[in-house]
Amino acid sequence: MKLHSLTAHQIIDLYREKKTSPQEVFKDVLSRINALDSRVHAYARLYRDAPTSCCHKTAVGVVSTQGNYPIPIAIKDNMCTQGEEITCSSRILKGFYSPYDAHVVKKIKQSGGMILGFANMDEFAFGSSTENSCYGPTYNPWDLSRVPGGSSGGSAASVAADEAIWALGSDTGGSIRQPACFCGIVGLKPTYGRVSRYGLVAFASSLDQIGPLTKDVTDSALLMNIIAGYDERDSTSVNEPVPDYTKALVNDIHGIKVGVPQEAFGQGLDPQVRKAIEATMNQLKKLGANVKKISLPHTPYAVAAYYIVATAEASSNLARFDGVRYGWRQSPTDVRKNALIDMYEETRAKGFGDEAKRRIMLGTYVLSSGYYDAYYLRGQKVRTLIKQDLDNAFKDYDVILTPTAPTTAFKIGEKTFDPLSMYLSDIYTIPANLAGIPAISIPCGFSAQGMPIGMQLMAKAFDEEMLLRVAFTYEQNTEWHTKKPNL
Amino acid sequence: MTQQFETVIGLEVHLQLSTKAKIFCGCANVFGSPPNTNVCPVCLGLPGTLPVLNNQALLYAIKVGLALNAEINPFIKFDRKNYYYPDLPKGYQISQYDLPVAKDGFVMIKNEQGPKRVGIKRAHLEEDAGKLMHDNTGNCSLVDYNRTGTPLIEIVTEPDLRSPQEAYDYLNILKLILQYLEVSDCDMEKGSLRCDANVSIRPVGQKEFGTKTELKNMNSFRSVKSALEYEVGRHQQVILSGGKIMQETLLWDDEKGVTAGMRSKEQAHDYRYFPDPDLVPFTIDDKIIDQVRAELPELPQAKLERLIKQYDLSEYDAGVLIMDKAVAYFFEQCCEKYHQPKKIANWLNGAVLKEMNERKTSLGNLKLTPAHLIELIQAVEDGVVSNLAGKEVLTDMLDSGYSAGTIVSQKGLAQVSDDSSLMAIVEEIIHQNPTVVEQIKQGKPSATGFLVGQAMKKSGGKANPKKLNELITRRISNA
Repeated sequence: MKLHSLTAHQIIDLYREKKTSPQEVFKDVLSRINALDSRVHAYARLYRDAPTSCCHKTAVGVVSTQGNYPIPIAIKDNMCTQGEEITCSSRILKGFYSPYDAHVVKKIKQSGGMILGFANMDEFAFGSSTENSCYGPTYNPWDLSRVPGGSSGGSAASVAADEAIWALGSDTGGSIRQPACFCGIVGLKPTYGRVSRYGLVAFASSLDQIGPLTKDVTDSALLMNIIAGYDERDSTSVNEPVPDYTKALVNDIHGIKVGVPQEAFGQGLDPQVRKAIEATMNQLKKLGANVKKISLPHTPYAVAAYYIVATAEASSNLARFDGVRYGWRQSPTDVRKNALIDMYEETRAKGFGDEAKRRIMLGTYVLSSGYYDAYYLRGQKVRTLIKQDLDNAFKDYDVILTPTAPTTAFKIGEKTFDPLSMYLSDIYTIPANLAGIPAISIPCGFSAQGMPIGMQLMAKAFDEEMLLRVAFTYEQNTEWHTKKPNL
Repeated sequence: MTQQFETVIGLEVHLQLSTKAKIFCGCANVFGSPPNTNVCPVCLGLPGTLPVLNNQALLYAIKVGLALNAEINPFIKFDRKNYYYPDLPKGYQISQYDLPVAKDGFVMIKNEQGPKRVGIKRAHLEEDAGKLMHDNTGNCSLVDYNRTGTPLIEIVTEPDLRSPQEAYDYLNILKLILQYLEVSDCDMEKGSLRCDANVSIRPVGQKEFGTKTELKNMNSFRSVKSALEYEVGRHQQVILSGGKIMQETLLWDDEKGVTAGMRSKEQAHDYRYFPDPDLVPFTIDDKIIDQVRAELPELPQAKLERLIKQYDLSEYDAGVLIMDKAVAYFFEQCCEKYHQPKKIANWLNGAVLKEMNERKTSLGNLKLTPAHLIELIQAVEDGVVSNLAGKEVLTDMLDSGYSAGTIVSQKGLAQVSDDSSLMAIVEEIIHQNPTVVEQIKQGKPSATGFLVGQAMKKSGGKANPKKLNELITRRISNA
């Protein structure tokens, strides 16, 4: 029995039937990592005491207990884990060992989760391909010459390659959903405020949200049950009751109203993706949903607004990486200005990669006096308009359907020198972050080249249950999620 | 050419709030701990940490705002002020930019023309930075992050002050108000109260402001005044000699008594303020404001007016009493049981205050109770002890906490009033001072005082001076 190829809920069933143990599952997944990761490179680093972590008291407890999920998990390299080096796949954080657990990491540990390691990512989550990592790129398990998407590319690839049963990622403009789409798995970005950001190294604080990357929709609901909830250490976390998300897994979408924005079918959409989405619309209709074309007139401005707001926040969030207290420090070779400023400049010049520097410069520029109103303020106004578009749509529709990404996974290096075309990878995912609403990506087809295609569903704030219900129904009636890459 | 200039001054006061915990984390907010012991991942700005506003800091800020007659903003937010310095662990300071806790208030001061209103532009909350410590060898600098995250309220005046003296008076009145609120120890030496000043001059009658300079590094109200006086003089000199004032930040050198510029590079800041996305903007409930208002103590000016009216005190006596909230409170406690306010005020403002100053301590640290002080005053009034001996009893009382009666009998300080005991001393004094006696006889009765003083000394302060006077006068006129 290939334990690593199972979903978390399948493994939990086996635990209940006493057919396997957490130790056995952990070992199996670890050997899968040892066999494959030199080719996939999903992990930046393994957990330091990974071989023994499955023997954590929490993991060997009675596995049938409610809330106890001894499942091997990959954590994105931007969630602080006590005693572990956390780098955001950036050179500038090398040598930073976190003295504390992020809220989600604590939740995972409390639920008996077995942390395998820290998944590779675009440096500080800046990117859509996981090529911007100081550890080198992660490769798409479906075609190793292609990118896995990003920035949670390591998390997505680890799950797709069965190198983890499930994973946590973070999503600022699509960083969970787009790699889930490229790797043929399920990725959920919860409502802003649903999952505490405490311990998540911030990219853009008003957009970041942690969420699950899983092999199917059921696992997504299970992992949400573990990580969702109020945390007083995060002022943006919302004190709303957390439902049992597995209760939303109902195979029925009769009468559900699905809006499909016409703006999603514009320039840049791969015809194969378009076909798959059109097929999905028909499938949903067959399953009893009311599918209608709608308009979200301001969404074409989403990418522009996003790159102003997100980079502004990032430029400030990344200011703390200055070589003074932790992480990497470059001592200046010669004194040019003064020892302190030279150290700042050299540390940041050598510690950050190109994309990080590009975004810090952009963000610094849009916040500069004299430009603030024209850029940052206007960006925020556009953001409000996009949110209004979506709020209005949700008055009439339960979910909004779009492609997750305009194309399937592209080739490694294909967009490295064309950042703008890379940014457009997130054209469909960004509006949900700007509006703070939940969105899920699930597999809905394959291209002629055998690459996965994903669809995105969005719902109103705190209605993850609606997403799970529609996604679950679709999944129950299709086979896409059962396909595995040939590795 | 003689040109008349008008001075324009605005002040920024930073006040550390004495909340139990820091403003955005749970670390203890205390002064003087070993370096880097009151720190946690949040105030160290470690990756992934988030701030959560300490409600006590907000309540303190509202309290300050109300005491400064300011309007409390119903909707507030926090902003990031971005700049790099090793004592600032996040690379930005969380502050308030356009929606401060309080705005548009005022403080009343007095100048030669009478009462004057000094506008308070705003009072906002922010976090303090750490402290750089420079190694003696000059090889390295160390950072102590204990102070990082200490809540500060910054109180900014309108450019309403017209002289260094007004600035000085404003600071003293402001400090007194803040002390009354008990939101800070207001100790400039510990850095819990800091003041920066903006100053410019303009020809009298001109409406536009002149170019201002910003003064920093003043560590007492006196040095604020001195720095302003120096800077006003410098501005005049520069302008009268045809030069132009540069807008810049200057550091006051207290020893040399001059201001000096910082390198212009260091002040070319663009702070890139923007709303802190980690702290959601929120509304302050009217109920909270009303509650804070209801709990406001009586403020110095109101207390002054009431003391004058209620106890028929002189403005001077009441003015001295209110300079210390604890003393004023003590005064009123005494008055409840002993209906001689003027006498109580005299003792408190005289002997007690003198003892406090000599010991450099506060009333709370002395073992003085209202009952004991009343007993002592009564003893002096009733002639049980002399005024002089009474002061000795007070000194003892402050340390021992004993009652006046106990101390008087322990030390044998009871006043001697019976004629037979005193007569011997009188005889001796008259015998020793024949010239003075002659003067008195020749119609200079004021010289009697000298003899009384001598006799008092002889008695060890125990003699009743009234009685002595009586006896001496009688003895000389009878002679």
